[in-house]
Amino acid sequence: MSSEYEPVSEHAKKHRTERKKKLEEVQKEHKRLQGRKVTFLAGIVGAIFIGIGFIITIGPLDISFFQVYETLFAKVIPSFFNMDGMYEQIVWNIRLPRIIGGVFAGFGFGICGCVMQAVLKNPLASPFTLGISAGAHFGVALAAVFGVAVIGGAYLLIANAFLFAMLCSLFIVALAALKGATSETLILAGIAVNYLFSGLSQLMAYFANDEQLRLMTTWGMGDLSAFSWNKFLLFFVIFAICTPLLMSKARDLNLMTIGDDSAKSLGVDADRVRMFTMMISSFLVATIVCFTGTIGFIGLVAPHMARMIIGADHRILIPASGILGALLLIAADAVAMNIIGPVVIPTGIMTALLGVPFFLYLILKGKRKEFWQ
Amino acid sequence: MKIKLSVKELEFAYDSVPVLSGLTMDIREGSLVSVLGPNGCGKSTFLKCVNRILQPQNGSVKIDDTCTGDLSRRELAKRMSYVPQSSVRVFPHTVFDVILMGRRPHLSWTSSGEDEERVWDVIDLLGLEEIALSSFNELSGGQQQKALIGRALVQETKLMLLDEPTSNLDLWHKMDVMRIVEDLVSHGKITAMMAVHDLNMVARFSHEIIMMKKGQIISFGNPWEVLTPENIASVYGVEVEIRDLNGGDIPLVVPLRQMKDDCCMPVPPDTIPVTVVH
Repeated sequence: MSSEYEPVSEHAKKHRTERKKKLEEVQKEHKRLQGRKVTFLAGIVGAIFIGIGFIITIGPLDISFFQVYETLFAKVIPSFFNMDGMYEQIVWNIRLPRIIGGVFAGFGFGICGCVMQAVLKNPLASPFTLGISAGAHFGVALAAVFGVAVIGGAYLLIANAFLFAMLCSLFIVALAALKGATSETLILAGIAVNYLFSGLSQLMAYFANDEQLRLMTTWGMGDLSAFSWNKFLLFFVIFAICTPLLMSKARDLNLMTIGDDSAKSLGVDADRVRMFTMMISSFLVATIVCFTGTIGFIGLVAPHMARMIIGADHRILIPASGILGALLLIAADAVAMNIIGPVVIPTGIMTALLGVPFFLYLILKGKRKEFWQ
Repeated sequence: MKIKLSVKELEFAYDSVPVLSGLTMDIREGSLVSVLGPNGCGKSTFLKCVNRILQPQNGSVKIDDTCTGDLSRRELAKRMSYVPQSSVRVFPHTVFDVILMGRRPHLSWTSSGEDEERVWDVIDLLGLEEIALSSFNELSGGQQQKALIGRALVQETKLMLLDEPTSNLDLWHKMDVMRIVEDLVSHGKITAMMAVHDLNMVARFSHEIIMMKKGQIISFGNPWEVLTPENIASVYGVEVEIRDLNGGDIPLVVPLRQMKDDCCMPVPPDTIPVTVVH
């Protein structure tokens, strides 16, 4: 492309050679930074894997890091590793499901927050600010106080939470489908929905008896104790479908963050991508929230932290937000479970108490350039 | 010469308020065409309708004799690129990433080494190597415009639409952007249509000019045919004198005073008389 612009004078040739040299340096630097991003991601995955072992060791039962992994590997490859029955019960059936649930939930909140911020072109967007968690909370309140539920039995609260989370999501998505609905409109509508359902939940609380009130309040604080092995198959299937679907739109999301007009001019149907990704991410969030309750902070902060570290390319930002979300959530949960043991503080409280000061430090320290630069 | 872009009876309205009415024109291949007109006359809307960013209510747009309505958005993006006035700047994309976005119509999820090679070629061509890895958000207006032109260049289309690419730029950067577009056109890489405000820049660089007023084309031709005192008075409500520059090659527009007529512009209570030195 540049051959027609080749210089002729000596001065121009010298200038051209210097520019060529600079370009080569920049290309090398670009490759090095790409490598560092992948290394960073791999490092976080490794940190989660090792962190899980350490978190399991914390608690009343005295168990070492190596005993934890021996127990875990013995479950997968029984012929090579030995397993103590008590350890199996504690590690495999009690502590690990909660942590794996935290990984799923944190990952889901992270990637959904990232996608919502991209399609709405607003760093304030998250499942919490769009009112999805508030809707789920109202569903739980309705079932707890008046017994109004779609199904009964063990899944009474979960089904109601899912239904109302989806109702909120569909309302936001329907608004997105309206011609002329801007990103700002959707964010404001989400905040309005948040207030509406919070108000309705408080109304329920006003009529609730002590037991109902306690159930509502506990659910609203967010907790990972609802997870068990038999629920993970459902989670795994939903994540296995939704995550690739969201990742498939990563390049389109890059374009949408610089404006719908630009995205359209580059061949992307911005309205359709917005609808599609909002539907998928809302469904994923509704699925998680109905098991965990309100854990609001992860979906907002994980994408921000990931963006500060690796930049705004969504092909790597989406998985990075998910992985960081998972790390943040299991770390906060580990502190919540042990800081004043044997009392377990709800996870949602701890994510805010630990995460907010750390996040404020990151955004206020004034480092404008990305970490990796 | 071959017709690159043909627009017939184009009409567009925002919520039943007409913005464009009955626009008809042809653009020849290899030409640099500027669209002139006062604020709110529909220049940007016109470009967006041509590129189907906005859907016109009536009329047709053909590129290389193919109706744009018959092309998928992706196919259209392989034939026609668009440089916006500015870009949303919420998230920290690097200049390299912004230019790579221009390859979107040609690739799927991943980008090949060849795609990245084309991005580096354009970075080299536009002299952006110093800022290639900087955050787009932290660039000056002129650098951002060059990066956006770079994005349109890697799209490898033969027609480029530019929406006020020199707005908010100082004289040096205006010249820089216009020279790049002129170079690309003169080397046969693109046909360009751009909305611009600066009459003298338009006169200096354009092969043809479209002059618009209230959503209609009132004049279309070479700079000497369009930039007449009568046309400018009618469209802008400003009395001007046209002088010869460069031996009659380029018309120079010298604004004299605002007029009290039926133009859309507000008229100040006291018009200051201007003395022209000949």
